[in-house]
Amino acid sequence: MQFTINGHAVEVEADVRTSLLDLLREQLGLSGTKKGCDQGACGACTVLVDGERINACLALAVQYQGRAITTIEGLADEQTLHPLQAAFVEHDGFQCGYCTPGQICSAIGMAHELERNVPSVVTADLTAQRIAFDHDEVRERMSGNLCRCGAYNGIVDAINATFGRASA
Amino acid sequence: MNPFSYERATDAASAIRLANATAATRYLGGGTNLVDLMREHIEQPEVLVDVTPLAQTIEVRADGSMLIGAAVKNTALASDAHVRQAFPLLSRAILAGASAQIRNMATVAGNILQRTRCTYFYDEAARCNKRKPGCGCDALQGFNRYHAILGASDDCVATHPSDLCVALVALDAVVHLQGAAGSRSLPLTELHRLPGAHPEHETELQPHELITAIEIPALAFAGHSAYRKVRDRSSYAFALVSVAAALDVDAQGRVRDVRLALGGVAHKPWRASKAEAVLRGQAATEATFLAAADAELAAARGLRDNGFKIELARRTIVAVLQQLTEARA
Repeated sequence: MQFTINGHAVEVEADVRTSLLDLLREQLGLSGTKKGCDQGACGACTVLVDGERINACLALAVQYQGRAITTIEGLADEQTLHPLQAAFVEHDGFQCGYCTPGQICSAIGMAHELERNVPSVVTADLTAQRIAFDHDEVRERMSGNLCRCGAYNGIVDAINATFGRASA
Repeated sequence: MNPFSYERATDAASAIRLANATAATRYLGGGTNLVDLMREHIEQPEVLVDVTPLAQTIEVRADGSMLIGAAVKNTALASDAHVRQAFPLLSRAILAGASAQIRNMATVAGNILQRTRCTYFYDEAARCNKRKPGCGCDALQGFNRYHAILGASDDCVATHPSDLCVALVALDAVVHLQGAAGSRSLPLTELHRLPGAHPEHETELQPHELITAIEIPALAFAGHSAYRKVRDRSSYAFALVSVAAALDVDAQGRVRDVRLALGGVAHKPWRASKAEAVLRGQAATEATFLAAADAELAAARGLRDNGFKIELARRTIVAVLQQLTEARA
């Protein structure tokens, strides 16, 4: 199977039963992406495929051949954290940190969705040309990522600090 | 997960040809339900035919009707400009379901064909007539808060979990099918079955028959529509009760036309035809809405834990119709 992972061409042999999550973690050593529930309920495994966020645990790797996959390992360059990573540190967007890679990849995907004017269930006017980047929108759009430490306030603050102003 | 072979279809004809090679084939969309079911050994296909390369186009015709490719992602349909303007209940229903990650993966046809989330269906240690026909149903006397109040049987009280389908049946959607015997189409209201004595037979699909597209006829007043979902938490949860409605009230305050459907209450997305019949031609008042809800729910039966859903459905129907009436005034 061939993929582009964090900008690098990767070729790997894998059983067709392998999830994208297990491929990343077990075969490619990219253990930043986390396995929480392994059934699409917690969002810890969230990665970006061609810029869109998905749950890697429910994705059969074989179905994603040829696609560009970005994991938490692909966000920072060697010296500098991604702005959202830095904001998570600054705003205490985590305690144990297990959900954090998924939260960060999910929030980056969410910001792309808002740029593309994708609505959410709390969007009052579906025909608005620009959807407000507000607290309720962020909470709803991030509901696929659970944090059992309950660091949600810090997470929302970090997301707002990184993406809020540019889109407001 | 049992071993299987993976095949990638290029079009509907190749998908059907690949599927017909063995009886134990499943079509694979986004996998958000099927992969989970395979891990739980509830689904054990020998061949998976990936149909995500099939049509991902959303066609809006001159008359306002739509033809939606089966492999269109849920996010793409909810975001479509015509859907948001002409069928807002459809956009809202999709957005009320699952999480953003899952909506990015899941296809429209996969959403329609997803299986129930009844916990006894998932629990291999429990009795379930869907998993093992004839063995009994542990939900009947068990934890059945999320189960059916309409159209259930002594063999199955499971609900269909889709939000999308509730809006689609309200809109008279038609599914386009292709199989070994050729093509046909079926109203979505006739695709899913009530459980009866054979809850393992969930749809009217023939073996390996493939959904290729979903057609939504034009409906001028659907621009004035709503979807309300009542659930145990305000996001990322299945419905206790949901209501999809479009309402057309004339200048005299009478219901000219209406579309009404319920989710979370039955083995299939539930078109509320009895309520619609009560509403048409009557004054758009709370009394009429209550009479309509009562007509639809007269046959409702509660189990140990879900009797509250009858009153909840009644109030939610009335609230949504009032919301649509007031927004118009």
